[in-house]
Amino acid sequence: MTIDNHSAPYSLDIAKIRRDFPILKREVQDGKPLVYLDNAATSQTPVQVIAEITRFYRDHNANIHRGVHTLSIEATELHENARKKIAHFFNAPDANECIFTRGTTESINLVAHAWGRQHLQKGDRVVITEIEHHSNIVPWQILRDEIGIELRYIPMSPDGSLDMDYAADIISDNTKLVAVTAMSNALGNITEISPIVELAKKVGALVLLDGAQSAPHLKTDLQLLDIDFFACSAHKMLGPTGIGLLWAKMDHLNTMRPFMGGGDMILTVSMESSTWADIPAKFEAGTPNIAGAIAFGAACDYLVDIGMNNIRDHERQITQYALNKLEKIERVQIFGPLDSDKRGGVISFNVDGIHPHDVGQVLDSNGVAIRTGHHCAQPIMLALNIPATARASFYLYNTEAEVDKLAESLNTVIEYFG
Amino acid sequence: MSNTLLDDLYKEIILDHYRQPRNKGELTDSTCSANGANPLCGDEIQLQVTVTDDLIEQIAFTGAGCSISQAASSMMTEYAHGRSVSDALAGVTSFQEMMTTGIPSQANGFDDIDALTGVAKFPARVKCASLSWKTLEQALDGNSTATTE
Repeated sequence: MTIDNHSAPYSLDIAKIRRDFPILKREVQDGKPLVYLDNAATSQTPVQVIAEITRFYRDHNANIHRGVHTLSIEATELHENARKKIAHFFNAPDANECIFTRGTTESINLVAHAWGRQHLQKGDRVVITEIEHHSNIVPWQILRDEIGIELRYIPMSPDGSLDMDYAADIISDNTKLVAVTAMSNALGNITEISPIVELAKKVGALVLLDGAQSAPHLKTDLQLLDIDFFACSAHKMLGPTGIGLLWAKMDHLNTMRPFMGGGDMILTVSMESSTWADIPAKFEAGTPNIAGAIAFGAACDYLVDIGMNNIRDHERQITQYALNKLEKIERVQIFGPLDSDKRGGVISFNVDGIHPHDVGQVLDSNGVAIRTGHHCAQPIMLALNIPATARASFYLYNTEAEVDKLAESLNTVIEYFG
Repeated sequence: MSNTLLDDLYKEIILDHYRQPRNKGELTDSTCSANGANPLCGDEIQLQVTVTDDLIEQIAFTGAGCSISQAASSMMTEYAHGRSVSDALAGVTSFQEMMTTGIPSQANGFDDIDALTGVAKFPARVKCASLSWKTLEQALDGNSTATTE
């Protein structure tokens, strides 16, 4: 992931982009236009991606990697072509390093299971951070309880950034893995990856980057990052649910044991034992989500067409606009940095004296969809000493008019609850 | 602001209990207590009850959460106060029925509580309204924690 804060004027035609997303024309709550600001939870899907799913089931549906018939060959080619598109999108050195999973959660669990169980021993340290999503906490806790690894957290500063002095202390000689999010889903903070990679390399630890929140919004260059594992989900980047990516360096994948056993991941099976297929098949047991993979590839095509730097520019602009707007509402407290260069298009906030649930409910009655709760990141809530927040999150199709609607609705909330 | 569906959820009596909760505080001596939480929302309630000769003599709660969870807690304590344990547990059942059917309960003493009928139309909020009742059930059953997740 590279943060490119160049200030060249961008030229996204948002009205044209919005026409690609049929759901944005929907009305909710008795004729109110939908204002979709829950993109950090899941993004909407453009017609170009939906069309690929339909086309697969209509014209090419067959199982892959087996069968000599025409449809199976076509389906296999479409599936593998999607892998190449995704590898290209993230600038992975080799498409075979790209493993299809159900999403970020499965990707991280795969690493914990297939790499962790084989390479970690009692007393080895895994370092994560206080700003992780539960999916990058719980798999390591399970491993800690099973094999006795030590799990340490890099704490966050009040503005959500990581305490790098503390990180330097705990990334010690017995640290074998540093697993961090590239962007906090709860606060939107963009992690500075390179100092963390540097600390990890110094002690010979591997680095896992949770890209669930960054991949849709910031250009990711896996060759530039110099990390070992990367995980993300298609559904946050215009693709469908149920498909995601684990990328890992070839050397790691070759020494890892399979994650699940079954069809497709074997070379030979006898009654006594089996031998494993080469990567990526070794980690893709069973019939995969073929249409999902193809649609994931189509989502990458769509993002490439628009341009990741253009998307980042648009989001930075709309996030700054929203930060300025929300800051002016007296009872609104914003969490995380107020500088849109340091955060993605995510704004967590609370309205003083009104529970986020009630905020979200009144906003919904105005057609404005936001997320409320702990955002599957309870350690952050604990660090901020709050039970929950309201969160608005933006994507390439959101407009300033929608931010205005959010602000206007927040005033309604305050009026309603007094 | 006029919004019928929203007004259905946030009835004036609910907002009144939210703004001025009844029986909020701590008891110096209680015979049973329980803590309830909706981990996903961050609603929480600590409930204390004093039962003497099968009667709920004192009941009090502390906690934090959305208006629905806090108003429902206030209403629940008003209902339970002075009732027999079996009466209070019958109230738990009546409330659960109300949340499932969306029909006001005919149960004795449910006058204010019937205002929560509208919550049934908002599936995501049913657990907010139910938390205090589940916690009451846990306290009276001698368990110490409740969750609606």
